[in-house]
Amino acid sequence: MWNPKYEAMEKEQLEKLQFLRLKNTLERVNTMVPHYRELFKKEGIEPGDIKSLSDLSHLPFTYKDDLRDHFPFGLFTTDLGEVVRIHSSTGTTGIPTVVGYTQNDLNVWSEIMARALVSAEGSKDSVIHIAYGYGLFTGGLGVHYGAENIGATVIPISGGQTKRQVRMIRDLGSTLLACTPSYAIFIAETIEEMNLSPEELQLQSGLFGAEPWSTNMRGLIEEKLNINAYDIYGLSEIIGPGVSSECPAKDGLHIPEDHFIAEVIDPNTGEALPDGSTGELVVTTITKEALPMVRYRTRDITSLKREKCSCGRTHVRMEKVSGRSDDMLIIRGVNVFPSQIESILLDIGETEPHYQLVVDRVGSMDTLEVKVEVSEEMFSDRIRGMEELENTIRREIDNILGISAEIKLVEPKTIERSEGKAKRVIDKREF
Amino acid sequence: MVKQISVFLENKCGRLVKVTQVLGKHNINIRALTIADTSDFGILRIIVDQPEKAHQVLKEEGFIASETEVIAIEVSDDPGGLAGILSYLEEADVNIEYLYSFVEKPAQDALILMRLEDNEKGVEALKKNNVKIIEGERIYSL
Repeated sequence: MWNPKYEAMEKEQLEKLQFLRLKNTLERVNTMVPHYRELFKKEGIEPGDIKSLSDLSHLPFTYKDDLRDHFPFGLFTTDLGEVVRIHSSTGTTGIPTVVGYTQNDLNVWSEIMARALVSAEGSKDSVIHIAYGYGLFTGGLGVHYGAENIGATVIPISGGQTKRQVRMIRDLGSTLLACTPSYAIFIAETIEEMNLSPEELQLQSGLFGAEPWSTNMRGLIEEKLNINAYDIYGLSEIIGPGVSSECPAKDGLHIPEDHFIAEVIDPNTGEALPDGSTGELVVTTITKEALPMVRYRTRDITSLKREKCSCGRTHVRMEKVSGRSDDMLIIRGVNVFPSQIESILLDIGETEPHYQLVVDRVGSMDTLEVKVEVSEEMFSDRIRGMEELENTIRREIDNILGISAEIKLVEPKTIERSEGKAKRVIDKREF
Repeated sequence: MVKQISVFLENKCGRLVKVTQVLGKHNINIRALTIADTSDFGILRIIVDQPEKAHQVLKEEGFIASETEVIAIEVSDDPGGLAGILSYLEEADVNIEYLYSFVEKPAQDALILMRLEDNEKGVEALKKNNVKIIEGERIYSL
């Protein structure tokens, strides 16, 4: 355990600490952020009304759209002078989601990432190979600072050039691999392709996240790389990777409760659900300075377990994320909403498009097929015209979403409809 | 000019049968037919005796169909017959989008149907070289 004082803190003491920090956070956002002040006023609630942790459920939610509506810094509680780092989503829907960190926020982040790495068998003697993307994406730098924090030897290789990655893992004796689970499989396949075996490598464990993955996939990674594979969860709106992570018990992901308060709600009614029920994860940050979040709707579906874990940590555990409460898909690490594809097709076809996204996983790669019902406006009696149509759709999806898709033109009324509405997504992947 | 009906077809079993059934049900007679295809889909091009009606019934049956004007010419059924005509188009710098042919019974000549990048310009070039352009009515009533 990296920080037993907090990670194994007695429940009562932990809840006291949470309440104190929650009050501070609420005062902070109420004083500094007009959006929260107006929202609280509208709901007829003041920070002073919150007398216990359970009163949290009286507070309004914060949504991703709130961040977009106040782009770029409208929800920050500090001026930019205090902000030392910015991260951002790719902004595929037009407005990116921009998040900021004070020095203290970065310290908190590297603290919780240190905990995640230590629970995934990391130590100061580890050689940590970080193949998450570096840059505006929180994956690379998030793991990086945590790895330096525990004093490990850090290899900040980022993504791509997989053969070179494999040679580095071998030559530098990497012991811990951090990347997306699908990239871990790709690395494993590349190792096979290069006629190497995992026995020639020093890898012992891996910390994998940023996309959903199944228990089957864990088995595959563990077998192919001969390592222990641990799940890590996070989202940039809260802090980035480290919002929860697995311990050696591999029975749920611990949420650092000295920094976050987790709830599970019914995504339709917004009602808080008792522990053990499956619903949408809602997170409140209680130590963040630059961009605190009050009851942020993650849209990720999970459930919470409060029983003490065999690893000794007292912090609540969440199940592996099993889905989304909206229709967002994560394809090769890219967040994709069907509505984005729809607006691309609208621009091309002029009328209401009928389409279906078929997502699958071939080996380690996610594949996206977009079926489009041909409309009168789209139809040309020349093959060249139809191929141009396919190419235009493919190019636009690549330009706007940054993801390559297979386009399949189909006849009208051939996409399965339920209650008149086309079924927009068929996800054949196993999570 | 001849009215041709083009229909979008997915490459799967039974689609062509369905088109021919729809036409048969409405007493529409097919004069000529060709399919251009890729691995995923095809475009069926047909010349029928009642083009407007064919277009309408196919649409009613849920097919994506369109009407295109193509040029019909008669080509003598001799070696080099087609080459001679195509050279006129080349000289006039008119590209052919596609063409297909069928034999008129019981005549000696072959009929060629083609869509050009610029139909008007192509017709002009052909006429100038005394190539006989066949009107739609004659084809529909074959």
